[in-house]
Amino acid sequence: MNQPAFHEPGLFEVIRAVLRREITLAYRHRGELINPLMFFVIVITLFPLGIGPELNTLQRIAPGIIWVAALLATLLSLDTVFRSDFEDGSLEQMVLSPQPLPLIVLAKLTAHWMLAGLPLILLAPLLGYMLAMPLDALPPLMATLALGTPVLTLIGAIGVALTVGLNRGSALLSLLVLPLYIPLLIFAASAVDTAASGMSITGHLLILGALLVFTLTLAPLAISAALRISTT
Amino acid sequence: MWKFIHKFASPKYFYNISGKILPPLGWVTLALFIVGLVGALFLSPPDYQQGESVRILYIHVPAAMLSMSCYVAMAITAAIGLIWRIKLADIVAWAIAPIGMTMTIIALITGSVWGKPMWGTYWVWDARLTSELILLFLYLGFIALQTAIEDTRSAARASAILALVGLVNIPIIKYSVNWWNTLHQPATISKMGKPSIDASMLWPLLIMIAAYMCYFAWITLKRSRCELIYRERNSSWVKKMVKEAS
Repeated sequence: MNQPAFHEPGLFEVIRAVLRREITLAYRHRGELINPLMFFVIVITLFPLGIGPELNTLQRIAPGIIWVAALLATLLSLDTVFRSDFEDGSLEQMVLSPQPLPLIVLAKLTAHWMLAGLPLILLAPLLGYMLAMPLDALPPLMATLALGTPVLTLIGAIGVALTVGLNRGSALLSLLVLPLYIPLLIFAASAVDTAASGMSITGHLLILGALLVFTLTLAPLAISAALRISTT
Repeated sequence: MWKFIHKFASPKYFYNISGKILPPLGWVTLALFIVGLVGALFLSPPDYQQGESVRILYIHVPAAMLSMSCYVAMAITAAIGLIWRIKLADIVAWAIAPIGMTMTIIALITGSVWGKPMWGTYWVWDARLTSELILLFLYLGFIALQTAIEDTRSAARASAILALVGLVNIPIIKYSVNWWNTLHQPATISKMGKPSIDASMLWPLLIMIAAYMCYFAWITLKRSRCELIYRERNSSWVKKMVKEAS
């Protein structure tokens, strides 16, 4: 029997390799990680300045503001998720590799979420407190963000994959992706609203969980199909 | 069966057969519009509650119906083009998109014109209005993506994926917007409810719906033909046809 010329990595090895590569790359460009977070904080700071400092008004609109800001910050950070790989050709290698592309995509986006989504979740309670949200509503806010930001990343990545080959993709990206974010925004913001008025939000969280499972299953397939089109 | 579909999907065959269908279809559309509009604007009685402004609905309802079904038709044809690589399906999806967008805009404008006397304002964040607006954004996204990509082949395939993602999302959006509306906004506006529609108002409405559908079929064929002949301009049958005509 001939030995195979080289060792073909298993699925878990692939996931681990992609995760390590992404995190190393991100670590080498630490400064860029901060930008979407700063955007998140500044956008939220602008609202009290525009609307006025009355705590009652702010408290009323806080869940919506935080969620809209999280949504825009995710979109901003996603914009470059495939860009450098597309430019230096490594994206083509991933598309051509014998390993399933949806899996590689999922690993890439997991790394992206850990670096861009998790910090948002950790920052959100502080900003919520500044917007006079009741303390009881802060854990539900974090819970909705924990379930919701992966959905934002996955749906957004479909749009990024479709526009990665275009020169001025950013403005187009928001037109493509933002309408698809609407269900998530509605359920998440109203979950936090409900929590702020002291009611149970189990039902809301279940729906958010369902959305997460749904996009987690289907979005990697759509992203892979889009990447195959963009790289040809 | 498959042979028939392949034959129909061939550009030349489609061009010839649609050329034969178009004129009679155009006349039928025109006739339906005349009958429907006369019925809607003159013959049907004014509503006892809404008065004369009920006549806007004869324009509004068919447009709103088509705005949704155009998206489904567009997504399905785009998917056919993506999966079986049928060029003709790409072209038809391309042709439907602006029509669906126009229908959505007509539905939104006539809806708000109707809303002014009924609800006292041009715009309310009603569930149906909001989901119609979101539908408009989905159309705009589809068209924007298609115009942004230079190569027609990959433009069609990329926008097909977008249309499919949108198609999966439409029920979720619709459901969530309904839910958002009932949650955030108590029923300040009493809607029409569901009055059983009288026969004198039903027939103009049905004819108008039929007229819109015929118009949709007609303009889709027309637009597809124009785009088809443009994209096939280097093929031999188009060159031959042009030479014979000139």
